[in-house]
Amino acid sequence: MINKHARKIAAEIVSNKRVGTYHHMVFEVGDLAAFVRPGNFVAVSVGGEASSMILRRAFAVHRASAKTHIGGILELVVAPHGGGSKWLTSLPNGFKVDMVGPLGTSFGIPTENVRALLVGGGYGSAPLFGLAEVLKNRGSRVDMVLGASSAAKIYAPIEGKRSVNSMTITTDDGSAGLHGRVSEFLPEIIEKNNIEVIYSCGPMGMLAAISEIAALMQIPHQCAVEESMACGIGVCMTCVIPMKDADGVIKMQRSCIEGPVVSSERVIWNSNGKIPAGTWGEL
Amino acid sequence: MSFDFSTQLGDKRFSNPIFTASGCAGSGKELAQFFALEELGGIVTKSIMMKPRSGRATPRMAETPSGMLNSIGLQGPGIDRFLADDIPWLKSQNATIVISIAGESVEDYGLLAKKLDGIPGISAIEINISCPNVENRGQVFSCHVDTAYAAVNAVKTNLNLRIPLIAKLSPDVTNIADIAESVHSAGASGVALINTLLGMVIDTNTMKPKLAGKTGGLSGPAIRPVAVRAIYQVHQRLPQLSILGMGGVASGRDALELILAGASGISVGTATFGNPLAAIKVKNELQDLLIEKGFASVAAAVGFAHRDS
Repeated sequence: MINKHARKIAAEIVSNKRVGTYHHMVFEVGDLAAFVRPGNFVAVSVGGEASSMILRRAFAVHRASAKTHIGGILELVVAPHGGGSKWLTSLPNGFKVDMVGPLGTSFGIPTENVRALLVGGGYGSAPLFGLAEVLKNRGSRVDMVLGASSAAKIYAPIEGKRSVNSMTITTDDGSAGLHGRVSEFLPEIIEKNNIEVIYSCGPMGMLAAISEIAALMQIPHQCAVEESMACGIGVCMTCVIPMKDADGVIKMQRSCIEGPVVSSERVIWNSNGKIPAGTWGEL
Repeated sequence: MSFDFSTQLGDKRFSNPIFTASGCAGSGKELAQFFALEELGGIVTKSIMMKPRSGRATPRMAETPSGMLNSIGLQGPGIDRFLADDIPWLKSQNATIVISIAGESVEDYGLLAKKLDGIPGISAIEINISCPNVENRGQVFSCHVDTAYAAVNAVKTNLNLRIPLIAKLSPDVTNIADIAESVHSAGASGVALINTLLGMVIDTNTMKPKLAGKTGGLSGPAIRPVAVRAIYQVHQRLPQLSILGMGGVASGRDALELILAGASGISVGTATFGNPLAAIKVKNELQDLLIEKGFASVAAAVGFAHRDS
């Protein structure tokens, strides 16, 4: 069944704090929290009842906790870029937002202890902290690399740093950590830490670069992909990306249903706004 | 007072007037998580073509004020796989099925009709002759009375099944009533009004069209007045022709507006993207509203805005 635990709920904001250029928001979601896995996302209505913004905004879940003193909670990291996210981040505590979730696939957690590398770009780091906690609790070693264009765009909360064995920061402009792109430093970090699996979330260009490295070094890599999305539940067919199916056939597949978390060797990267040659039903 | 919420398209009766809109309900499975599909008057499937089709490249979507552009390009598995996979599943859910078909040529429409001919459990066929997301806009059959007639006639002459044929028309024409008259004379007992309007968004940062396909179909509440106008004009010219109305319906009030203009059924499309339960919400609100206004049936309200007094 597709999204079998997904429901539409009124999620009350219990905290909304600015963290650098982002907002860390906490929602009371009741029982729903128990079904959220790292990598899942939620879709939130924006602008209120009479809004001219008719589509939901999709956010990767930062963390979910089923049992807190106020019940199940869910945390999001929101970048106030457009009208919808600005509206959301301006809301006061106590406001109830219309939320559908949990949606999409989640990061696969190995049954045995592994040495895992988590790579995040910008606020794409958000879902990785919840994943780090799950992996750490299973006894895995977790190294993390976070990259962004500048220091202000790194999302790395203090408590997040505690859930990893090592944290490397990179910025394109050198304003924090190592100067350069994430992918320039990955081969060395992978070798030094004997990495066995890579998890990533961030811009598609970054995911493509990591995929290339993972393929060369023959390391399994799961990434959370993104593409302009209207519904989040699989009906609109807008968020497709070219991916191989189980038989190796390239199909335009929905990132909301087949993803967001996919095994990177399935994805046809750098298709540059074209249907890749050989795609099933190519026009 | 007893209230009759059933409705009729062509000579087929449906339990209630709320349908999904083609291309806005996936295979049905995606929405079945949120409500029972049999609750609706019918599930209108995505428009199926003869062959598998990748659809257009991405980005395929741009939000616009009270609407959105889409540029899917009729992505789908092709008729054979669709009949093998999707239809049995919809039947297993007791869904009332309206199959939407789209051809690249007049011949395609005839071939698609033949494929559907032996299939039991189809309540109606929507003939999509108006998809804006095709490479060659010349393929929009509904833009001319002759091509619109030919596509519908190809279905009619290749189909022995006695079920309503509903031609889906584009509002991007000079006189939509002329097109409706043409498809009616070709054998359509209904029309679906309206398909999306062709639009474009340019990203002012990249200073290029936002969609990979450059143009896309505009849908959502922004186009509702266009739908109301098109339905009103067609019902005025051809009161005997059934109309499945759609275009930005998100509430019972919106559905009632289209019914008053002349629609006997209502498809909920883009609203489902914002709310998976939109069709159920529209259904419940519409029923309450019709009763509140004192209508004894859906039929009593169809075209009510056309009365003289």
